[in-house]
Amino acid sequence: MSATRELDGDLNVMKASAAIELSGLRMSYGTNEVLRGVDFSVSRGEVVALLGPNGAGKTTTIEILEGFRVPSGGHVRVLGTEPSSGDERWRARLGVVLQSWRDHGKWRVRQLLEHFGRHYVPYAAAGRPPFAVDELLEAVGLTPHAAKRLSRLSGGQRRRLDVAIGIVGRPEVLFLDEPTAGFDPQARRDFHDLVHRLSDLDDTTILLTTHDLDEADKLADRILVLAGGRIAADGSPDSLARQVSRDAQIRWSRGGEHFVHTTRDASAFVRGLFEQHGDEIGDLEVRRATLEDAYMAIVKREEG
Amino acid sequence: MNPSLFAARIGLSRGWIEFRQTVTNAQDLLFTIITTGALVLTLYFQRGSTVPGLELSLAAATLPGLLGLSLAFNGVIGAVGRLSVEREDGTLLRAKALPQGMLSYLVGCVVSLSLAAICGVVLVLAAGLFLVPELAGVGLGGWLTIGWVTVLGLTATLPWGAVIGSFARSPQAATGLSMLTFGGVAAVSGIFYPITALAGWLQVVGQAFPVYWLGLGMRSALLPDAAAAAELTGSWRPWQTLAVLLAWSVAGLLLAPPILRRMARRETGSLMQARRERASQRIG
Repeated sequence: MSATRELDGDLNVMKASAAIELSGLRMSYGTNEVLRGVDFSVSRGEVVALLGPNGAGKTTTIEILEGFRVPSGGHVRVLGTEPSSGDERWRARLGVVLQSWRDHGKWRVRQLLEHFGRHYVPYAAAGRPPFAVDELLEAVGLTPHAAKRLSRLSGGQRRRLDVAIGIVGRPEVLFLDEPTAGFDPQARRDFHDLVHRLSDLDDTTILLTTHDLDEADKLADRILVLAGGRIAADGSPDSLARQVSRDAQIRWSRGGEHFVHTTRDASAFVRGLFEQHGDEIGDLEVRRATLEDAYMAIVKREEG
Repeated sequence: MNPSLFAARIGLSRGWIEFRQTVTNAQDLLFTIITTGALVLTLYFQRGSTVPGLELSLAAATLPGLLGLSLAFNGVIGAVGRLSVEREDGTLLRAKALPQGMLSYLVGCVVSLSLAAICGVVLVLAAGLFLVPELAGVGLGGWLTIGWVTVLGLTATLPWGAVIGSFARSPQAATGLSMLTFGGVAAVSGIFYPITALAGWLQVVGQAFPVYWLGLGMRSALLPDAAAAAELTGSWRPWQTLAVLLAWSVAGLLLAPPILRRMARRETGSLMQARRERASQRIG
């Protein structure tokens, strides 16, 4: 009994501190119903990835949360405020990185970041000052390009600047719509480090969309799959993978021959294998269902 | 400090930065040189001829109208181009994502477009000082008139450019259509030839728009009083000039904010994306 009560208590705390809350969110364009009852919530400091096929309504969902689009129905709260009626003070607590920009081509990198950063000065909460521009440029790897015009940046550099602009006000909630499209592997890794830092040091709540499942797996505490107009799956990357299959596939070789075996208890099987054959075992590989397997299965189930 | 005031100050520096960009950017500079150059060239070819019946060079008679024309052109077309382009490239959405970003954006637009338009006036005036000897005789009153006509010219044209830019579906359509309209209005506004030579109903149309009055205001500032005899009622009609320009200003300033707000409220990333896809289809 006491354990249950403790659990209840925890849930209440979670609810009170939810940074993003959605229930029964609906959105139609004419007769086309894109969202038909989306429910989820994101706790403060949590990093959540929103996945889903093209046209599933990921961007629409994000735009509603940013206050850029008024939903057809449902209950939406971001930092306790309904986004479509959020004021400037509320806006100052959000960071927004949209899918693509090509604005301010004549501005220089440092100049633009400074200009945008100044907007947050009157709203800065104690202990949450806007980022220092130099620090931010360093964090997104744009220090060598600080004096360049935006029109001269490569696609990846431009995207990193978008991210820097999104976080310059040290937001409490950050929305990232496909943030790493066009990044090379190094930039991608740097970006992942940055997201971890924002979430760990500044307790930033982050909601991101991506098509890169590996990225979702690395970054997100929790994954939401949006398909068929609602949330089709909600859980940690691991738990989603387990939902699809608890089985592990084990491959090995012995005496030049290759073997495959599928089992639920991989550890016991491998232990048995070594007990029986010892040093003869080579090329051992244990593979569980990946997030990608889980994602494919979920989307197929929803759309099939 | 009050956050709105603070944002307005950020907007001032934004406008100054953007103005500096237009005067240091090769493409913008070329555009200014070509448009101003065309006006100056007109003056150059007219410097020898004189207006029949008056002791006035044709250049001196044309210069004030050119000032009014360039002011109205920079005001309307500048604002149309700016808003329609910046809706499509995401500048506006970026402003929307910032606290008080729309305010600083709009202040920035007004400042940079006004500075560009004033720059156009100053350039034509500077050329005039060399080509039109009569300019040396303009007194303090004349220069003050140029001042208030310029200010009212901006308030009468900028908001209307913003309104047209807000309704446009694409920058190409917006600039194309407003250029055509502007050309039509300019043709009946007595800039290149006297409005008195036009049919009666065209005179009425011409006098309904600010361009004619900007030209008239500038002529009243720069030409000798005797030249007023060539105008429609034989006088400079300063009060009517003031009234018409004020009316356009007030109407525009009342109309523009709600229309801009409505346009900004509807602006989203996916809309921007859709417009961009249409644009790439046009090109591809």
